[in-house]
Amino acid sequence: MGLRLDVLNISKSYDGKPVLRDCSLSFDKADVYALMGQNGTGKSTFLRICALLENPDNGEVNYFSGSGIISKDIELRRRITLVLPKIGIFNTTVFQNAAYGLKIRGIKGNEMENRVEKALDFVGLIHKKDQNALTLSSGEAQRLGIARAIVIEPEILFLDEPTASVDEENTRIIENIILSMKEEGGSIIIITTHDRSQAERLADTLLIMRGGTIIRS
Amino acid sequence: MYSIIEAFKKAFALIFSLDSELLGIIFLSLKVSGTALLIASFIGIPLSAMLGLKKIPARGLLISLMNTFMGLPPVVVGLFVYIMLSRSGPLGFMGLLYTPSAMIIAQTILALPIVASLCHSAIIEVDRNISLASQTLGATPFQTSITIIKEARYGIMSGIIAALGRVMAEVGAILIVGGNIAGYTRVMTTTIALETDKGNFELAIALGIILLTISLVINALLHLVQKKGIPQAAIWD
Repeated sequence: MGLRLDVLNISKSYDGKPVLRDCSLSFDKADVYALMGQNGTGKSTFLRICALLENPDNGEVNYFSGSGIISKDIELRRRITLVLPKIGIFNTTVFQNAAYGLKIRGIKGNEMENRVEKALDFVGLIHKKDQNALTLSSGEAQRLGIARAIVIEPEILFLDEPTASVDEENTRIIENIILSMKEEGGSIIIITTHDRSQAERLADTLLIMRGGTIIRS
Repeated sequence: MYSIIEAFKKAFALIFSLDSELLGIIFLSLKVSGTALLIASFIGIPLSAMLGLKKIPARGLLISLMNTFMGLPPVVVGLFVYIMLSRSGPLGFMGLLYTPSAMIIAQTILALPIVASLCHSAIIEVDRNISLASQTLGATPFQTSITIIKEARYGIMSGIIAALGRVMAEVGAILIVGGNIAGYTRVMTTTIALETDKGNFELAIALGIILLTISLVINALLHLVQKKGIPQAAIWD
């Protein structure tokens, strides 16, 4: 049974300044959801809280499998992942970067190699697998971030502004990667973007965020 | 002038003849400094990781102390270790004074703050996105810590090499606790001091040349490590 995510009335403030106000949403279908909004409207904070990187000040984030709530332990964290706008590249090869999530799960040998190569091939970086990942362009780095995420086959994939700092060519490639994942199905994909046309191209469900509140879904 | 040239000639002759006394002194120097560095690294790296990655009580105070102790005067360390190990001191029963072990203890005390402080700097300078990436990919807190330490590896190696440079060149502390006993606790720096006092410049110069060469190698290593830490293309990103 796949994961479902329920967000109930969450609020978050930084230094007394509210960033999220009373946001509630449910993600229960293996679709692509796009959370749109201008910079500073709370999209990234919302995503970080959903991905369990931060706690809300108020409200709840609950994950369900079947009918029961799942505890927010490492097992759950390993079923979801978030790709940040700055992916945090490890100072090693592209291959080793992509293999990270598998290695920490104890997956090694042929299985690891096959899955990493498949993921790198999927994002078009297989020819750079032996290159130091710090030498990648920002667009390639973002693609590596996606490869690093999909290699662990997450049930929920959060993509925070995946094309915010990349050129047109890489934007097109990243959009195609997301569309391919959508076609394959099986995972809930939640992306944030400030580009409405991109949201419409990629998503099954559009959500709009303004002033820390989800105003339309 | 003539005597200086002669002294250099004899010094080179000593080096190239692989004089056994000279080799013994070099070997003991490397053994004492290497062991001290190893112990300092075993303590210093986990300590720096704990201070850099965990929120522990009095962390700020500990970091300040560590940074202050980087500039510990060697003679003060020598005096402290001497008092501790002297017959009437609290550890006098161990009979370590005037042994290589006492020298290792003194050098460990000198190296530890350097290793810990520079490693701490390397660890806290690791991009915060590395820690976030590690967490988002499902790492446990321990795995995230190991990842951060791995990312700081070049800075950590620089810290260890810098500490090696310091202990190799150190004279005050080991002279006090080692006693400069020929064939037992006499190392390069203490020999240079003694032989210069005696006006026996050949051995002092020979050891000086070797010490400088070791220092050069250490600095070259440091440079290589620092260069390796930054892939060339990444400089321009």
